[in-house]
Amino acid sequence: MGMTIAEKIIAAAAGVSEVKPGDIHTVELDRLMSNDGTTHLTIDMYNKLKNPHIADVDKLVWIVDHNVPCDSVKTAASHKKMRDFAKKNGIKFYEGEGVCHQVMMEKHVTSGELIFGADSHTCAYGAVGAFGTGVGCTDYLYAMVTGHSWLLVPETLRFNLTGKLQEGVYARDLILTIIGKIGANGANYMAMEFGGEGLHTLNMSDRISICNLCVEAGAKTALMEVDDIALDYLKEHGREPKHVFKSDDDANYAKVYDIDLSTIKPIVAKPHFVDSVVDAKECVGTHIDEAFLGSCNNGRIEDLRAGAQIIKGKKVNPMVRFLVVPASADVYRQALDEGIIDTFMEAGAIVMNPNCSVCWGSCQGVIGENEVLISTGTRNFKGRAGHKDSFVYLASAATVTASAIKGEIATADMV
Amino acid sequence: MGKTIIEKIIKNNTGIDAKPGDIVTVNVDRVMIHDIFIPFVASKFEEMGFKKLWDPDKVVLIYDHLVPASQVDDTRHFKVGNEFAEKYGMKNVHRSDGICHQLMTEALYVKPGNIVFGTDSHTTTYGCVGAFSSGIGYTEMASILGTGTMWVKVPETIKVSITGKLPDNVMAKDIILKLIGDLGADGATYKALEFTGDTVENMTVASRMSMSNMAIEAGAKCALFTPDEKTAEYCEIELDDKQKDLVGDADAVYCREICYKAEDFVPVMACPSNVDHVEPVKDIEGKEIDQVFIGSCTNGRLEDLMAAASILKGKHVASFVKLIVTPASRKIYRQADENGTLKILADAGAMITHPSCGLCCGRTGGILTDGEVVVATNNRNFLGRMGTSKVEIYLASPKTAAACAIAGKIVTPQ
Amino acid sequence: MDKFSGKIWVLGDDIDTDIIIPTEYLALKTVDDMKPYAFSPLRPELAGQISEGDIIVAGKNFGCGSSREQAPEIIKALGIKCVIAKSFARIFFRNSFNNGLLLIENEDLHDVVSEGDNITVHVNNYIEHQEKKYPIAELPQNLVDIVNAGGLVKAMRKLNGLD
Repeated sequence: MGMTIAEKIIAAAAGVSEVKPGDIHTVELDRLMSNDGTTHLTIDMYNKLKNPHIADVDKLVWIVDHNVPCDSVKTAASHKKMRDFAKKNGIKFYEGEGVCHQVMMEKHVTSGELIFGADSHTCAYGAVGAFGTGVGCTDYLYAMVTGHSWLLVPETLRFNLTGKLQEGVYARDLILTIIGKIGANGANYMAMEFGGEGLHTLNMSDRISICNLCVEAGAKTALMEVDDIALDYLKEHGREPKHVFKSDDDANYAKVYDIDLSTIKPIVAKPHFVDSVVDAKECVGTHIDEAFLGSCNNGRIEDLRAGAQIIKGKKVNPMVRFLVVPASADVYRQALDEGIIDTFMEAGAIVMNPNCSVCWGSCQGVIGENEVLISTGTRNFKGRAGHKDSFVYLASAATVTASAIKGEIATADMV
Repeated sequence: MGKTIIEKIIKNNTGIDAKPGDIVTVNVDRVMIHDIFIPFVASKFEEMGFKKLWDPDKVVLIYDHLVPASQVDDTRHFKVGNEFAEKYGMKNVHRSDGICHQLMTEALYVKPGNIVFGTDSHTTTYGCVGAFSSGIGYTEMASILGTGTMWVKVPETIKVSITGKLPDNVMAKDIILKLIGDLGADGATYKALEFTGDTVENMTVASRMSMSNMAIEAGAKCALFTPDEKTAEYCEIELDDKQKDLVGDADAVYCREICYKAEDFVPVMACPSNVDHVEPVKDIEGKEIDQVFIGSCTNGRLEDLMAAASILKGKHVASFVKLIVTPASRKIYRQADENGTLKILADAGAMITHPSCGLCCGRTGGILTDGEVVVATNNRNFLGRMGTSKVEIYLASPKTAAACAIAGKIVTPQ
Repeated sequence: MDKFSGKIWVLGDDIDTDIIIPTEYLALKTVDDMKPYAFSPLRPELAGQISEGDIIVAGKNFGCGSSREQAPEIIKALGIKCVIAKSFARIFFRNSFNNGLLLIENEDLHDVVSEGDNITVHVNNYIEHQEKKYPIAELPQNLVDIVNAGGLVKAMRKLNGLD
């Protein structure tokens, strides 16, 4: 019986020749990522253990990205706890280097790995064919102490991509369209697997963006077939693949979707659900107070370029706060070199240091009561970006930038 | 009888030959309100019963303390500010361009000889171009908005002369910290400071700004430099006769005169938790630090960032130490981008934030917790200013701060 | 307001505005919301202990630092009748009178009192502590005018023909 990519990675991690959906396996983990959202809780639990120890410290990567620079005495205390623990135990530690998933992609993840991250968007690592999945801090702690964990083998949804995205349409429009189609729980417990000729038209930034958002359909993980584009990315970043898996021809899928990329249009996800997806044109004219270009979903150089191209020579509407937040320090430096940072600064944007910003609504950039944000972030849940009575629309970098210029939701062809 | 600079400014403004201790009513040339206080100014203004601003063009509203907003109610300040500006026809509104004091001079709102008030204690900054500027509360600001006037008690003047050439790695910040240490935190209360001597004549306007900015930390009402060619160039004007005459007369009466030789200055720090607790850096070397902050209206200008970059070039911040750089304005950020300074800082591991007050005002930008130590280039190290009351804040020049970031402990810049 | 008595709280030199009200709480909507955090970096329990009519006696340079007017407003809102210090920072001084909070300068009192003592203030004349008198200066006329008007807001309302 054939296996999917997810099944093959689990089988390898479990040291067995075959697994099937519904099986529970004990798996060895390759990497364990945790960020300042929850690491302090993990440390508290760790310290209560009878015999605390770390199975393999080299597998741990800790990243301060949510509230950086620190913005309250409360987070300062949890950061210090994390920093002191990392220092004492020799854990790889980043602070201010960027959003955790972007830093992981740039510096650590390779294809065929099985990775736990104490953050739901860990599924982003599927862009290079790694099985990344989000866990809570209890699961994280168990894996940290033992080096392994148990995993229920998920069913797989297969997405066969054909064609090519049209000019002005982005990977983000594609994945939001897919989520709108299958619903916010359409892939619950499942793996979402992407392949087909159309995949080769998508660059790594597009792929990270797509995989990253799969959790918004409930997916346990997202996986893409590893092609030359992915292998080149790994090579450029100085890494070798661990395994390069493809699904077998006779692999069993829970469902197969055929998606023609050329049919995708710019879309917007309306408040307060990611699957509340409509044609962007339907939202045109909606008043906004803030626009956000950034996050692990859409803060890469390609996204900044898309925004910069639209705003060059134009100005941010004075009544809109336009936050531009590169996803990592590497992205920021690249953007400095390309003159993109200056384009945004000249236009009147607020360019922040790499961090999660308003995508995680409890740090710099929060919105107030009844305010409206258009965002390239990952979620538009009620209260996600600040005040409990506020509104978040999700869209592509191009739509967000065009909206910042107009002061209301607009598509790139309107500015 | 001769006059000090402040006495001349008041005479030019009111026509009165006032002497220290006299109470006079002055005509205000410009006012500045920032985001923290605009809701209070707006409500007091309306409560007072005013229907219009005395002169909307003379009012400048600047959002800086809350940019970007870090708490959900912060954006209410922008909303109130925007509504107030709209209602009363104010055009001079800066929503994300940098720190108020930097913008007031950089965007040419202040000229030599002006009388300017702002809802912020560091309004003394504009003395760098020879303006009498001082901080006030929001109630008085509301009354100026309606009347265009304010009463002031003419201050006595302390004259500070500095002559000679500063040693390498000593910056204007070291001078002003040393002066505050010598005067004490209340040593210039109710008084004007007047700076003179070839050392300050040779300084850039930006360096003078660091000094006038911090005068309030000795309690001063204002801190004045004589406008010169550099001032004229900075303000994009030709100095008129009255502006050229803003120099202390030889027979002016000073309540105190202090003389320094520039060669005697060394890098110093203001130690926790008072700005006047000043020690040479060499006496506190070796203390381990957790964070460095380079920015603020005191030391977030291009020359400050470049000074830090000169130390950091090709080096990296110590592990587990954070270096946060917050340029003072959008213009400075862009200049530092253009000339490669930002790249040097970013390569060295600095987090470069959007221009704003940042950590200096203690609401965001690198808040710390119990037991942590920060070296910062801003103007205050009060208890609890950057987090809990058990955070130790050392104030220093950008060069010293940069050297500490690399070493991970307090060191003298080499 | 010619004469009043009260229990005193004693604070030291250089009580700055970040101690009186930390910036963290400055964007709270009202002075009453901020009030519980007064003096919190130095004495977190103090705000809850102060009663209506109490008096603060402090050392030199009280109120130094920021222009934040919430500082005197909060002290007034806590019920403090007046602050007696060796000296005051100038912005705080103006802000206090503009809000009708009485300030008195006295060099000697701080060195002899203990927290919890009772004192009697004879405005513009002297302070009495344990049967000893400490002379105080008269206020300048322009401040008296503001205080008599009931603060600067009321003075301006009068100017605008409202009251």
